[in-house]
Amino acid sequence: MSVAIADPKVRRIIADFPILQRPTSRGKRLVYLDSAATSQKPQVVIDALVNYYSQYNANIHRGVYEIAERATAEFEKARETVASFFNAQTQEIIWTRNTTESINLVSYSWGLQNVGRGDAILVTQLEHHSNLVPWQVLAEKTGAELRFIPVDDRGLHVLDDLDALLDSCKLVALSHVSNSLGTIAPLDIIIPRAHAAGALVMVDGAQAAPNMPVDLKALDADFYAFSAHKMCGPTGIGVLYGKRALLEGMPPFLTGGDMIRKVEYTKSTFNELPWKFEAGTSNVADAIAFAVAVDYLRGIGMEWVRDHEHRLVTYALERLATLESRGLAIYGPRDPARIADVISFNFGDVHPHDLASILDTDGVCVRAGHHCTMPLMEKMGWPATARASFYIYNTEEDIDALVTGIEKAARVFKL
Amino acid sequence: MDDFYRDYILDHYRNPRNFGRLEGADASAEDLNPLCGDQIRMELKVDKSGLVQDVKFSGKGCAISQASASMLTESIKGKSLSEIATLPKEAVLENVGIGISPTRMKCAMLGLKVLKSAAIGELAAWPDEA
Repeated sequence: MSVAIADPKVRRIIADFPILQRPTSRGKRLVYLDSAATSQKPQVVIDALVNYYSQYNANIHRGVYEIAERATAEFEKARETVASFFNAQTQEIIWTRNTTESINLVSYSWGLQNVGRGDAILVTQLEHHSNLVPWQVLAEKTGAELRFIPVDDRGLHVLDDLDALLDSCKLVALSHVSNSLGTIAPLDIIIPRAHAAGALVMVDGAQAAPNMPVDLKALDADFYAFSAHKMCGPTGIGVLYGKRALLEGMPPFLTGGDMIRKVEYTKSTFNELPWKFEAGTSNVADAIAFAVAVDYLRGIGMEWVRDHEHRLVTYALERLATLESRGLAIYGPRDPARIADVISFNFGDVHPHDLASILDTDGVCVRAGHHCTMPLMEKMGWPATARASFYIYNTEEDIDALVTGIEKAARVFKL
Repeated sequence: MDDFYRDYILDHYRNPRNFGRLEGADASAEDLNPLCGDQIRMELKVDKSGLVQDVKFSGKGCAISQASASMLTESIKGKSLSEIATLPKEAVLENVGIGISPTRMKCAMLGLKVLKSAAIGELAAWPDEA
């Protein structure tokens, strides 16, 4: 079931992931092409979780005994590790459950305080529901107008009317990388122009943070959200980055324990950053394990990750193009330089769920459906798509297995 | 799973029976599978004695959902609404039973769920969970 991997670095990476050493129930090699949904976890991250629970599990911040002090220290060191990886200040890293919660935090805390009737919120036609629904709700609550940066039929941003769209705009909220089509947003153009027009910028980095170097200081976004589980970390922990001055001016999102300075029966004062936004017992284990994931990626090098995925996307587009004459439709940008880690496609009259089921019989995991971008699917006229996404442990052989699987679907469906 | 896509399944997927809309239907229902977006609408014509005279379905989705619905419509003419309301999941499984994964079972059951909903006049439970 194993294949010979030529690149020794990729071979070493694959060896770090225990799930990739296990055959499927049908005895096939696991060909995991769904990392945009969640990445696999290296052994060091799994070990970090086990070590916390088996060696120093204790609640943080007020324990004065040894294991509580160790848990607190590791938890806060994890924040420093993540801050330094993304070139942010430690106080600017707020732990959340995931990207969605990070975006909701901004919508409820900053949004309700700063957005009103006559203001506009600008998103794009590519957004995941997590970066669309919170702004629909904010617009509904405040009377603000929700506007859209259009995309063309290849899913590339159309910026021709950006100045008009930015008029009386308070916030631009957009994904750094599209989870459906892989499109990399032209943030280097949009962020300065939004700022010049007086708008803040919130970036959904869920699909970018795992796949390319992200320097938050250089990017100059006001808020940036991402999840650990798409970048080798555990589920259940994510980050909201916000510029310090903005976070200091914002009211708490959730209230309760740990986020307070002093509580009286009828009123309270709140803790300083970042704890003001972290009510209740934090996700200690997953924060610590996320820092281990970040160190793991630092060891691999995010420039290498981007180059590796660029090679894979280039190869996948070449291989999939050979099936176009047999009815394969490839969506999204065709220039690999404009894509991060994702390729969406459909094959003849084979519904993507049927295609995904047939691929599954050969151990090939792809996602099928609307990818939480129902308005985009509707606009493009696609009922659903199949989506392959790539990460550090994928190889050209995985893409060959995908192509072989699609050819099998052609035989099954007599195409 | 690939064994599932037998010729008659593909035939029902590409040439669905009783497909379309029914003018002046006496009973109808529509639902979707939120897991994957499959959609089915069922429309029934019922005679004075409460027996199904005609049935049409419409919708879109995967081969499993559309072929299952198509095959189901072939077996219900002449049945009473109360018979339809109590149809077990086997009514579908005997057509498409083998090798369906738990997630895809919802695709197979959608047509029966919608048909039973039309018969009882409210949304029916998933037949595989009832």
